[in-house]
Amino acid sequence: MFAQVADQTGGVIGDERREWCHKALTTLRALPVAELGSIVTVPRNDTVPEAAGSGSQLDAESARWLRELAEPGAAREAALARLHELLLPIARREVARRGPRLAITGPELDDLAYQAAADALLAITGKVGQFRGESRFTTWAYKFVIFEVSAKIGRHFWRHPAVPLGAEQWERLPARFGFDPAQQAEWGDLFAALRRAVDTELTPRQREIFVAIVLNDVPLDTLVIHLGSGRNAIYKMLFDARRKLRAALAANGYLPDDFPRGS
Amino acid sequence: MNGWSALDRFLRTDPRDVGCDQAMEMLHVYAELVASGEAADERYPGIAVHLHACGPCGEDFEGLLAALRGEAH
Repeated sequence: MFAQVADQTGGVIGDERREWCHKALTTLRALPVAELGSIVTVPRNDTVPEAAGSGSQLDAESARWLRELAEPGAAREAALARLHELLLPIARREVARRGPRLAITGPELDDLAYQAAADALLAITGKVGQFRGESRFTTWAYKFVIFEVSAKIGRHFWRHPAVPLGAEQWERLPARFGFDPAQQAEWGDLFAALRRAVDTELTPRQREIFVAIVLNDVPLDTLVIHLGSGRNAIYKMLFDARRKLRAALAANGYLPDDFPRGS
Repeated sequence: MNGWSALDRFLRTDPRDVGCDQAMEMLHVYAELVASGEAADERYPGIAVHLHACGPCGEDFEGLLAALRGEAH
């Protein structure tokens, strides 16, 4: 259910954001307390409960959050509203922090913050039973805001790619690593060898991911959406590609060999 | 850092790297340790390696750390 609701946020702009926040809070109010998972076992007194499964002690503020989110009716609504008030400035600060590097400005950036805070609230209430008390509750909650900002920026670039996702900008690669064009005679062979290794050493999927991320500067989170994959799976493929390419360049004397043959 | 060392650093992989899923699972714990001045990289070296190597996860870590530090001021 949360995923379906979250997917609806993509096209929300302008004044519609307040309607979206209202809808999100209404959805949360409609959830039965039982769906909040293990937090319903938090005692309703001032004792500090032990976090489930971690052996760590919850601080008093975190325990209060869990207790209030498990309350029925108005108390829970008040806790949800209070949590949203905490999350929104975090989302705004994060989009502002990333803003200078994005081609997103003004009201669109603020809309993105509103959507991220609202969707983070949905994610938090859906996963609060997984909170193990290893950090403060608010730190755990802020993490979801950051994740939502990342996902929404990735979605934005998927809709508005700076370069076609299938392009291959080999000529821009040396500059990405800071090679001086005036000294091409020194590094020209290196990049010819790298391109050969990309074509011969990598699987088709590893090559596709290397080209998108390294050559075309496509954000990894955009590729996650484009390929319908996960961040970890794409990172692992790029990790394996990097290892293969370095081994190929080292074997041909372009980079230092970590494990010299015969040693 | 010149182009050769930048390329070498990018291609170099560390077997301690825990990957995105594990790093993101523990991001709140790691960030809180860093924010409180503790040696998070010694306690979780595999996460430290990953956050250094993975741009998106490193960005998320910086964002969470900024949120915690902003909260404190």
